[in-house]
Amino acid sequence: MDKFTTLNGVAAPLPMINIDTDKIIPAVYLKTIQRKGLKKGLFYELGHKPDGSENPDFVLNQPAYSQSTILVTGDNFGCGSSREHAPWALLDFGIRCIIAPNFADIFFNNCFKNGMLPIKLPQEVVDQLMEDAKKGANAKLSIDLEAQTITRPDGGVVHFDVDPFRKHCLLNGLDEIGLTMQKGAEISSFEDKNRLSQPWLWS
Amino acid sequence: MTKPRTLFDKIWDAHIVDRQADGTCVIYIDRHLVHEVTSPQAFEGLRMTGRKVRRPEATIAVPDHNVPTTDRSKPIAEPESRLQLETLAKNVAEFGVTYYDINDIRQGIVHIIGPEQGHTQPGMTIVCGDSHTATHGAFGSLAFGIGTSEVEHVLATQTLIQQPAKNMLIQIDGELGPGVTAKDIILAVIGKIGTAGGTGHVVEFAGSTIRGLSMEGRMTVCNMTIEAGARAGLVAPDETTFEYMKGRPHAPKGAGWEQAVKFWKTLPSDPGAQYDKTVVLDASEIVPHVTWGTSPEDVLPITGKVPNPADIQDEQKRAGMTRSLQYMGLTAGTPLTEVPVQRVFIGSCTNGRIEDLRAAAAVAKGRKVAAGVNAMVVPGSGLVKHQAEEEGLDQIFLAAGFEWREPGCSMCLAMNPDKLEPGERCASTSNRNFEGRQGKGGRTHLVSPAMAAAAAVTGRLTDVRDLA
Repeated sequence: MDKFTTLNGVAAPLPMINIDTDKIIPAVYLKTIQRKGLKKGLFYELGHKPDGSENPDFVLNQPAYSQSTILVTGDNFGCGSSREHAPWALLDFGIRCIIAPNFADIFFNNCFKNGMLPIKLPQEVVDQLMEDAKKGANAKLSIDLEAQTITRPDGGVVHFDVDPFRKHCLLNGLDEIGLTMQKGAEISSFEDKNRLSQPWLWS
Repeated sequence: MTKPRTLFDKIWDAHIVDRQADGTCVIYIDRHLVHEVTSPQAFEGLRMTGRKVRRPEATIAVPDHNVPTTDRSKPIAEPESRLQLETLAKNVAEFGVTYYDINDIRQGIVHIIGPEQGHTQPGMTIVCGDSHTATHGAFGSLAFGIGTSEVEHVLATQTLIQQPAKNMLIQIDGELGPGVTAKDIILAVIGKIGTAGGTGHVVEFAGSTIRGLSMEGRMTVCNMTIEAGARAGLVAPDETTFEYMKGRPHAPKGAGWEQAVKFWKTLPSDPGAQYDKTVVLDASEIVPHVTWGTSPEDVLPITGKVPNPADIQDEQKRAGMTRSLQYMGLTAGTPLTEVPVQRVFIGSCTNGRIEDLRAAAAVAKGRKVAAGVNAMVVPGSGLVKHQAEEEGLDQIFLAAGFEWREPGCSMCLAMNPDKLEPGERCASTSNRNFEGRQGKGGRTHLVSPAMAAAAAVTGRLTDVRDLA
């Protein structure tokens, strides 16, 4: 997994609530056995007209936002399906940080597994960052995970929370499976006890 | 005296392998369900790192999302779907995982066959790369959806790294009126608490109404807990649970069964256990529900009218409603019973079980699908299909003009050829009415099986109580 330490980039404003994972990437794009190449399905319906041509009004299709690495969006982002294709598609476009008042649990969790940082902030703070994002490519946000800060274009600083363990994994680009495998003895010991206390689970 | 614990607390505590200072835990996973869409990259990850599946016998795989619901003697036409199915077959063979293939009568939607085969048991932790894993909570097992990275984590270690959830109690008491089902209960719950109302929580459903539900009904309720944003839904195990489970192929047998039941009876929440949030509903006030918009929280009693964005104060919410109504092709103020449908879908992990098909057949019996309506019934598994045929339900549906299909996820998410055309409107027993969910430009109204059958025979959204 790639490390996440600092990120200075263009933030795209997407002021909609309840953006579900079908909206982030429709199911038809899940018919792949790869993790890469999913940006072609990213926000497909929002980004295209009914005839299939590109919708120039959609934020990520606008030249000022084509290099966005941050997304500022509405409450309950990523609700619905567990598809990790949603963070994969965002990452494939180049987005590594998403800022919203709240996220659906599974999506939130999936981001951290891919070197991405979802940040929860109060609605009024997200509203301010949304206004920053609307100023286009010249108004960049700067994120420092170690310090847990977002620096706004006017120099103002916003502080955010992140779980210590998740922060540690992101900063160091750690492979969680490798970390857990180091606890192999504890897992075996759990299994040995479980085999005795609930034998019907092992027959 | 120890602190009273909830059902969730008990299952969580019993599965902790390791706990860190910040509360993050390594949790043991008892059963891992796998399907073809969210697993290929996980198996590939194992291959690249030279890792094995830690417990192949506790890992159960089945193809469901992509499978065609028509004649299966022919190869799957779509190359990408075929590749996902072939990849799953190859992976389960290479890693030695338990597998129900497409031609096995036990094949079906992963959340239907887990309980059906007795893999799902009280007190377990169960995960799957699918958000509707919440279904299994109906047995008092902690069951939740995970992403593909976590699928790989479970395959390799039989554990997950998790933060504990908060406890929410949804207490529902009283008797359900005629024509009101488990689907209407959960739609009413989502309407009340909203699509993010359960975020960060595990929801325990309790009360006389929940006790009175069959296992099928409890599964419907828990299945859609994710549509309220909750990590999982739970119902405490009781005699109804044990009765359903007894004798199933993978349920405990003999002395093991007695030992297991004794343990399962210790699982219900202790008197005085604390919940972070409590919601109370009166069952007698719940009527048949239908969604009008593009989020499961956009739901109303069938007796209602399409809402008006002008009545909404919050700007983002008003914009959301306007967009929803435009997508759905609906005009504010229209009575919901005047909305015509062209398609009806009966099936899915929400409502593809035998009881659901019986309820739909009871409405379809002696009636005809309305002119201009295409209605399909997709049983949740091969065994549900077989049982329905034994009971003659297929003949009732066919005589009424419904299509009778092979089992799978089908038009719940339109990954196989079953999908809506742009602008087509569907009364569906599935779980999500998101834009494009049932096909690009398709318009979904979520309802119960009885309500779906009622819409099929009248050609419009219908209050099933009016058909009596």
